[in-house]
Amino acid sequence: MAPNLRRKRQWTKLCFSLVAAVLCCYAGVFTLRRSGYIARAGLDEPIQSASLRFSRNTGGTGRYLVREAGQVWPKPQHQVSTVEVFVLNRDTFNFNYAPGSQRCEILDLAFERYTEIIFSIDEATTSRKCDADSTCLTVLEVSVKEPCKGASLHLESKEKYGLVVTREGVKLKADSVWGALRGLETFSQLIYRGEHGLYTLNRTDITDFPRFPHRGVLLDTSRHFVPVKYILQNLDAMAFNKFNVFHWHIVDDPSFPYESVAFPELSKKGAFHPDTHVYTQKDVRTILEYARLRGIRVVPEFDTPGHTLSWGHAKPDLLKTCYTMSGKYRGALNPVHEATYQFMGKLLQEVKDVFPDQLVHLGGDEVNFACWKNDAEITQFMEKQGYDYYAKLQTYYIQRIIKIVESLGKESAVWEDVAAKGQEGSVPKDTVIQVWRPRNWAQKMAQVTRHGLRTILSGCWYLDLISYGEDWPSYYRCDPHAFNGTKAQKDLVLGGEACLWGEFVDWTNLLPRLWPRASAIAERLWSSEDTTDMEDAAVRLGEHRCRMVRRGIPAQPLHPSACPFLPV
Amino acid sequence: MAVFRTTQALFSVLLALFVSPLPCHNVPAYQKPVMVQQTGKVLPKPQMMTASAEAYTLAMSSFKFTYGSSSQMCDIVDQAFRRYYDLIFVVDGVKKAPVVSKDMSELTELQIMVKEPCKGVYPSLESSENYTLTVAAPIGTLVADSAWGVLRGLETFSQLVYRTDDGMMIINKTTVEDFPRFAHRGILLDTSRHFIPIKYIKQNLDAMAYNKFNVFHWHIVDDPSFPYQSVVFPDLSAKGAFNPYTHLYTQEDVKDVIEYSRLRGIRVVPEFDTPGHTASWGAGLPGFLTPCYDGTTPNGKYYAANPMLNTTYDYMTKLLQEVRDVFPDKYVHLGGDEVNFNCWKSNPDITKFMEKMGFGTDYSKLEEYYIKNILDITTSVGRDYIVWQEVLDNGVQVAKDTVVEVWKRKPPVPTEMARVTAKGLRAILSSCWYLNRISYGVDWGQYYTCEPLNFTGTQAQKDLVIGGEACMWGEYVDGTNLIARLWPRASAVAERLWSNKDVTSMADATVRIDEQRCRMVRRGLNAEPLHPGFCQFEYD
Repeated sequence: MAPNLRRKRQWTKLCFSLVAAVLCCYAGVFTLRRSGYIARAGLDEPIQSASLRFSRNTGGTGRYLVREAGQVWPKPQHQVSTVEVFVLNRDTFNFNYAPGSQRCEILDLAFERYTEIIFSIDEATTSRKCDADSTCLTVLEVSVKEPCKGASLHLESKEKYGLVVTREGVKLKADSVWGALRGLETFSQLIYRGEHGLYTLNRTDITDFPRFPHRGVLLDTSRHFVPVKYILQNLDAMAFNKFNVFHWHIVDDPSFPYESVAFPELSKKGAFHPDTHVYTQKDVRTILEYARLRGIRVVPEFDTPGHTLSWGHAKPDLLKTCYTMSGKYRGALNPVHEATYQFMGKLLQEVKDVFPDQLVHLGGDEVNFACWKNDAEITQFMEKQGYDYYAKLQTYYIQRIIKIVESLGKESAVWEDVAAKGQEGSVPKDTVIQVWRPRNWAQKMAQVTRHGLRTILSGCWYLDLISYGEDWPSYYRCDPHAFNGTKAQKDLVLGGEACLWGEFVDWTNLLPRLWPRASAIAERLWSSEDTTDMEDAAVRLGEHRCRMVRRGIPAQPLHPSACPFLPV
Repeated sequence: MAVFRTTQALFSVLLALFVSPLPCHNVPAYQKPVMVQQTGKVLPKPQMMTASAEAYTLAMSSFKFTYGSSSQMCDIVDQAFRRYYDLIFVVDGVKKAPVVSKDMSELTELQIMVKEPCKGVYPSLESSENYTLTVAAPIGTLVADSAWGVLRGLETFSQLVYRTDDGMMIINKTTVEDFPRFAHRGILLDTSRHFIPIKYIKQNLDAMAYNKFNVFHWHIVDDPSFPYQSVVFPDLSAKGAFNPYTHLYTQEDVKDVIEYSRLRGIRVVPEFDTPGHTASWGAGLPGFLTPCYDGTTPNGKYYAANPMLNTTYDYMTKLLQEVRDVFPDKYVHLGGDEVNFNCWKSNPDITKFMEKMGFGTDYSKLEEYYIKNILDITTSVGRDYIVWQEVLDNGVQVAKDTVVEVWKRKPPVPTEMARVTAKGLRAILSSCWYLNRISYGVDWGQYYTCEPLNFTGTQAQKDLVIGGEACMWGEYVDGTNLIARLWPRASAVAERLWSNKDVTSMADATVRIDEQRCRMVRRGLNAEPLHPGFCQFEYD
């Protein structure tokens, strides 16, 4: 039956659970003091800790049941909740603007969205009226200071908010509309089905803000095409986890699904299918707007000079042709042709016009130098420039591309390959370096920031690399500041990204593979540095996974369990 | 390759063919991922098949399935006609209705001939699944002993039909003589660690039919929950299900699953695993589990069926009588795996019982005593049984018609297979097919290359291997990811169990499994991708 290993593990687990239980008690007391969190009345049956989940000796199914408790994921920076509870009713509850607040469509639509999210749990409970002995809350009042009409989130946007739930009502205050969106998400998570199935929440006071401003999810739409529907669903899931950057690795070797205005032949010949497997300009706009309304930036990646084979179907001259024993093949973009830079100039001009975000990802990873070696044209150019190794040629290429981006008024992000040792000075200071290699990522972060470059981490967050069992703890434990460096260096860490590369992922399995594993990263990037209690996280993550399932995201299970609603 | 963790050398080569370099792989040899095209390849590969270049067209308006003049008729075949008509012509939706070619010969009819009566029958281990399919215009024929052979033949027929880019449905002139290599080709689903809604169980039964699997091993209850709504002991699910109203298989549900399976030629073998793996039984069946002790006092914990009480066997008799009445299959799976003796050891009453029975301190004798009783009960209610290998490993005397399911990797699988069959017992293999154990990359090759008869033994011993099962244990699987995680990986197991022993070329299999994956996607199943690329017709 179930793996042989498990029996052995049983004993280790049992021992571990005893130790954990003891530690847990201490941790519990500590947490209580630190956050002023008071346990809720009525929860006489405590939520089982993660390590006790598999204990077989007690019988009963209770320990597998995920309970709704209105715990928030990612954990807010400061939260105080008391045993006093209030209830909500769909017919009487409203979202409103506070007097003097800025108003805009972003919030109008968020009000509608969260009304659905909160009250569409179960028809049975929506019809219930608040009874006399419970206090009905009828309004959430939002106050936003900065004008928000037509706004888009950017790296410097404030996402801070204050949320107060009292007998008088719910007050949500934020400088920007983005803070208000994060606060609404938190508010929706505070609500649980309490006694008699009523929508219940506790008296709560929250002050919250993100630890890192760049919290991203990378999707790869080149190795497999991902229909717009699933990209939108993923944006929903990102909003539920307070992620704020969709890193769209839109093209790569296998296919070129982006339908370019300037170069329509790129997708005509480079997409898997020119009619069905493309993102039209309309599709891109749909995605951009959907993301904007959820406070998510869309950072497109046009990876060059490598990873560009699909470009060659329409533009063979862009790629360097190489000759080997086995014949000729196409390598990276040709860095010695002026035509290459003219082409990139036009394409990036279009990218600037289509994608509003300040940041453009230029890739720059894994250039195969084998193709450049023994090539007469390249050798000649190298000699002329006085380059003694190929990385210099790559640097030359990337520098010119970054210049183009600069001239368009944008900033560049690149993979760590571009900032190889000794080459850090070759990129402008405002370049963002994305560290992706799992080995020695901490050293890389230290090296890059020592040179004053900003960085985002992905090295420990390659979610496409699946394995058997519960793997979220390793993502959860990975801290982007866990490297040797000064305060100034740490301040250059903008955040991180969960990457779901597309070799083995398409719309059939994308969402369950990504969620709730990416949620672990969401909390690491949002919550305070000392949010490291695994037991506490396990319980909240269990609830959050069920919350996502209930909201229509097929997030996969974390361990044997059942959600507190009809199985879907 | 920077973070490439799998160790199968064979597969890294295959992977290198398909996987392009990206920020995590450094594979120099890159090949453009080809569109996975429909060419009418059949998976699992038929035993004998001859196809010619001559091709016919099929027209949605005129094509029909018919019974031959002397054929038996029944609902199983009637419904299969409708199902396969839809799978061939309606699967792409109204907007993409197939077009007819004017200049090709047309296959207008497939005439079916069933020899044995098939009204109301259930598939069994002994059922014949042989069929002969002849595709030639204008009328093809499909001849089989049983309705089950017809179902397999219709599946093959539907796979032979392919769609061209301009929307024509084409089939080549083909003859197929086919039969399964192994009689027991199963998928295990575990509905205790997570509840799986009927909808997904049915989707999985569809997928099984597309891959010619014929046994749904329903690991219906276990430690975490008891979702089976028992008639004689309703408290078992009332108190042992995750939720007694929502996370439950009612008698209606079970009937529904059995009938859905029957119509697809799939047996439903339920597993009621005892004496271990029974924690969820405790609440609804007081006195069934053994009280555990700390020294001389019960510590409030319970573990495993209590083997010393007559009431335990009375309960099991009643339950197994119900199982016999509810599940029509001749076989019931009795589990018997992973029994931990600690609780039994702690219980002073058990200690006394051990002395009385003369077991000394050998608790495997106690386990044997329990199992022996359960096996006898099962025989007495008129059912044959399958057990996990521990039962045999522990030396329990079992009846000759017992089927032993080999699942462990230690002792080595060939040793265990040889040992089981040397005792004259029939064996099912699942050790190498634990599909719940996922890893990064392409892993179906390891399932494909696992050969059930790869052990030293006489021909008589080999003949006792009746097949195998792909297991999808439920620790990390529920409705959200079940189908994508199981398919098309289980298709590799399907071919190993159906096709000829010589069908071992990975290159050939790669092409077939690619097309099969896209076929499943086109038919509405979330079968996950095997490598970068796309399907000629993607569902969505």
